[in-house]
Amino acid sequence: MDDTTHRINLRINGERQALKIDGAERLSSVLRNELGLTGTKIGCEAGDCGACTVLIDGEPVCSCLIAVGQADDAEIVTIEGVANATGSGAALLDAFHAAGAAQCGACTPGMIMSAAALLDANPSPSDADIDRALGGVLCRCTGYTKIFDAVHMAAGNRAGSAVGERGFVGERIARLDGRAKVEGRELFGADSIPEDALFLHAIRSPHHRARFSFGDFETFITAHPGLVRVLTAKDIPGRNLHGVIPPFADQPVFAVTETRFKGEAIAAIVGDRATIENIDLSEFPVEWQALPHALTMEEAVSANAPLIHDARAGNILVHGRVEKGDVTTPDARGSVIIEGEFETGFVEHAYIEPEAGYARRTGDRIEIVACTQSPYMDRDDVAAILGIANEDVRIVPTAVGGGFGSKLDLSVQPYIAVAAWLMNQPVAMIYSRPESIATTTKRHPSRIASRICANEDGRLTSIDFTADFNTGAYASWGPTVANRVPVHASGPYFVPNYRARTRAIHTNCAPSGAFRGFGVPQMAVAQEQLLDQLAARLGIDPLELRLRNALDGDMPTATGQLLGEGIAFRQCLEALRAPWALARRHAEAFNTQATGALRRGVGVAGMWYGCGNTSLPNPSTIRIGLKPDGRIALHQGAVDIGQGSNTVITQIAASALGVGLERFDLVSGDTDLTPDCGKTSASRQTFVTGRAAEAAGRSLRAKIMRLANVSDGSEIRLDEARIELLDKGQRHEIALSSLAPDAFGYLLTAEESFDPPTTPLDDNGQGSPYAIYGFGAHMAEVDVDIRLGTVKVRKIIAAHDVGRAINPTLLEGQIEGGVMQGLGLALMEEFHPGRGENLHDYLIPTIGDAPAIETILIETPNAIGPFGAKGIGEQALIPTAPAIFNAIRHATGVVVRRAPATPDRLLAAIKALA
Amino acid sequence: MLHRPQSTAEALTLLATDSATIIAGGTDIFPAHVDRPPPKRLVDISRLRDLRGVRREANTFRIGAATTWTDIARADLPPSFDMLREAAREIGAVQIQNRATIGGNLCNASPAADGVPPLLALDATVELASPRGVRTMPLDAFLLGNRHTARAPDEIMTAVLIEDDHNHGRSTFLKLGARRHLVISIVMVAALIEISGDGMVERARIAVGSASAVARRLHDLEVRLAGRAANPSIGDVVSPDDFAELSPIDDLRATGAYRREAAIELVRRALVQLADERHG
Repeated sequence: MDDTTHRINLRINGERQALKIDGAERLSSVLRNELGLTGTKIGCEAGDCGACTVLIDGEPVCSCLIAVGQADDAEIVTIEGVANATGSGAALLDAFHAAGAAQCGACTPGMIMSAAALLDANPSPSDADIDRALGGVLCRCTGYTKIFDAVHMAAGNRAGSAVGERGFVGERIARLDGRAKVEGRELFGADSIPEDALFLHAIRSPHHRARFSFGDFETFITAHPGLVRVLTAKDIPGRNLHGVIPPFADQPVFAVTETRFKGEAIAAIVGDRATIENIDLSEFPVEWQALPHALTMEEAVSANAPLIHDARAGNILVHGRVEKGDVTTPDARGSVIIEGEFETGFVEHAYIEPEAGYARRTGDRIEIVACTQSPYMDRDDVAAILGIANEDVRIVPTAVGGGFGSKLDLSVQPYIAVAAWLMNQPVAMIYSRPESIATTTKRHPSRIASRICANEDGRLTSIDFTADFNTGAYASWGPTVANRVPVHASGPYFVPNYRARTRAIHTNCAPSGAFRGFGVPQMAVAQEQLLDQLAARLGIDPLELRLRNALDGDMPTATGQLLGEGIAFRQCLEALRAPWALARRHAEAFNTQATGALRRGVGVAGMWYGCGNTSLPNPSTIRIGLKPDGRIALHQGAVDIGQGSNTVITQIAASALGVGLERFDLVSGDTDLTPDCGKTSASRQTFVTGRAAEAAGRSLRAKIMRLANVSDGSEIRLDEARIELLDKGQRHEIALSSLAPDAFGYLLTAEESFDPPTTPLDDNGQGSPYAIYGFGAHMAEVDVDIRLGTVKVRKIIAAHDVGRAINPTLLEGQIEGGVMQGLGLALMEEFHPGRGENLHDYLIPTIGDAPAIETILIETPNAIGPFGAKGIGEQALIPTAPAIFNAIRHATGVVVRRAPATPDRLLAAIKALA
Repeated sequence: MLHRPQSTAEALTLLATDSATIIAGGTDIFPAHVDRPPPKRLVDISRLRDLRGVRREANTFRIGAATTWTDIARADLPPSFDMLREAAREIGAVQIQNRATIGGNLCNASPAADGVPPLLALDATVELASPRGVRTMPLDAFLLGNRHTARAPDEIMTAVLIEDDHNHGRSTFLKLGARRHLVISIVMVAALIEISGDGMVERARIAVGSASAVARRLHDLEVRLAGRAANPSIGDVVSPDDFAELSPIDDLRATGAYRREAAIELVRRALVQLADERHG
């Protein structure tokens, strides 16, 4: 008998490792926890995501599906060894970095390991070979386009992107944190947990709504050596409540007597890691009494529905409204009326990194090292939960393996904070994939009814729009969705008479929160399909109809705002004109001759999206300093969740200061070190933090100029000993040693803030809710199999008004990734509360679903953004799903009333039409 | 605890004396234990040489139960096995195919197991070893229901046996999922037809998966296909009545009604494709 417990010999990256461990442990856990090889990422522990891919004897495998004892006679290669232990690894690292193929970086090690196995076996792979080789690794950020490019580049089939010299605005430099991401050195929430940390696991409700009572914890603890403590609501030192919008804070850390959604925490167990990970929770002393629940909005607003929050009558969290002109009289309506009802489902963020982090008490302060999109909001909420001052909480954001809105809300933070505070020992928590899916926020399901009216010439006369959003058990960002959507439901079009009304409705589902677009993508699914129906009714080309109504700077928006300069929606549509005409003609010719099951369609959709908070302050503050060693410290608090703020904000600061990027050292968003740059959401970081960075860079530049009283246009050169200023041929030199460090330790410091100029909305929703809007239009080409209801998206052309392209490579990456999330929303993604809390039931697109994506960047700088730039994060996703739906309609005649258009739904709709 | 026996006999002894769970590729065991403790004792059969590989013994192909799907995709097999090799390339993705085994796919007995329809269509037999000896049984007798098989707790599946009695058979596997790669099938079809020299179907074997608790052969259709001309109009032979015994359910992936329709369409396509190949 060969029992491998306690004696495993592994050969990893060419080195022998003798370990005393249980041979039944997952290889992934051993690599990370025993050997410190945290470059191997854990995304699901079920073989569904491929992030943990390593090579065993040259073949890619999921290390989460292998008992370590099974690998004891094999050659294992991880990302840490790929450059040396494989033939193609080094080239792949370079190519992934240069191509911008890593965004958040959580899938990147798995991608690179899979690609290395491919290239070592097949040095010049076809697209199909790459598709198959990487089909087992999910990426949520990139849309896979640049991953394809990187593999081709590493194979020598394709040249790398040009990079800039100094990293100034407009240059395609590789991301500053990119090398760490491709090499697996980037530390995410689960990657830096101290060895002496206890682990925490939450006890969660198995029912959608339930009352509960606890039994005897002492007996339970005694029965489980290694278990140290059970925590419940009674242990919360401060306020057992949190919420991202303080006036609406309503979510307990631990439910007190009743839970409101399946997965809500009622208690937590804390103990050593092995105990916590292996404990059988079926013995946990709790009695459950399931209560009636409401999962749908219909159920929640029905007369006999249980009230989910006592103070919120009818389970309505909030109403939103914008109204202008008159939508009720026939005169205002115009002669053509199109109306329809639409529904969309829950969408899960499905970032590859599940929530994770640890907390440590340091005297009377607490430190939280975790993944987050919003360090200062976390700080203030945790302080309230612990009952201590905000300044006594230190949030140290780790790298974030994807966020997309959900990591704005607290996840692990309150649990680890309370435990570490009370137990005075580091405490860590890592969400499992099911826990992440079951308990963190989702995109709001929507139910929309809308009526669009126009004149015979195709000019819109009125829109009357209502939408209900399923906001789940807690407020989260429900008020933001309910208020943002009415501002946007006109789309990027001039509409003289307008009414948009929304409600956010509580149900016993996991909270709906922020997800790339705050309800606007759902709205666009309805409005943009209705516009196509209108175009068909009038016999006007859909692109022309949009051009005819395109909003210009001198036309008031639905809230009465005049946007003035820097609006390029019209140019976005015009950029699509030629490919649109060609593709429509080809599709129609294809369909005329079609005898098989495929029908081709081409669709377009427009988009606008306000950057920043809706009529609310959202300032960012940037500090920049000249260090005694002649380098520049940039306190960059805009958390980089993969979108590239570390790079973009630095490019802006470098350009404003006039000093090349190579002299910059980044200081992270640690709340002890760096001023508040607000949350990474609402497409605000490039715009708001970028503008603060521009101001801070210029301010530091002015201070440097004053050292020698040189003119503004002088060139700055820095080395470790001196500042050189070149002013029209005149050279001035200032020794760094002649300058005294200030309180920050810098020789010169500049700190500047920016808060976008907005105005409150009045009772009718009139005002200027955003300082700038991003615009765009997508064109989709699809093939529909009319006998199976399946859709293959062949190509997306995405034209975006970005103001000024700070880094075109990163912009393309945002757009390609947004397109892919839009494709998922359109065709496959829907979370069903309480079911399928994993990544094989909840499907996101794989590399095999990726269409060709062509990005067109339109630059028309505005006076407000940094160097004229606008946000892109959410803009990129909004028009994709409606463009795909309009293409489906072009191919089949079907209007997609319910998203996603899964094969069964689409086939039923096709048959209903026939 | 992980045991790594050196032989099948040793594995059987471990299984008989310990209440242990067999692990081969691990691609079903670990996903089933994401949020709960893994089985206490695992017996690893993945490195037993006699359980791995494809061999021809007289007129029978013997596929060791611990043979991975990658092994099968790369194996030198006649065209009648194309459907099995195609299915091998559709199970999960490369990472899964490199570990998951044919025996695991059968013993796990998921209604959506991609390996089952081609093996049913090949009239596969499974071989099971236990301390009582070795027994074989037809695959359709082994698979009893959703996650339910005729394997006794102390038995190890050792091989899948397929008689090579169809030298001019052509086969194909069509999988329908809501995305490309790494997807649990909404429905899948394996079809094998043998065509005579004069272009007539001599024999057809068709199985549909994910549309009933256990994948099913379409015997009525198979009978009616015999003697039909193998040309593109062969799809017309397919009738919805042929699918009456399927019992597709509604789940997260699709409605039962859709599964039935899609199965009919995929069977038509498989037949037309095979007839086309014949003419092409």
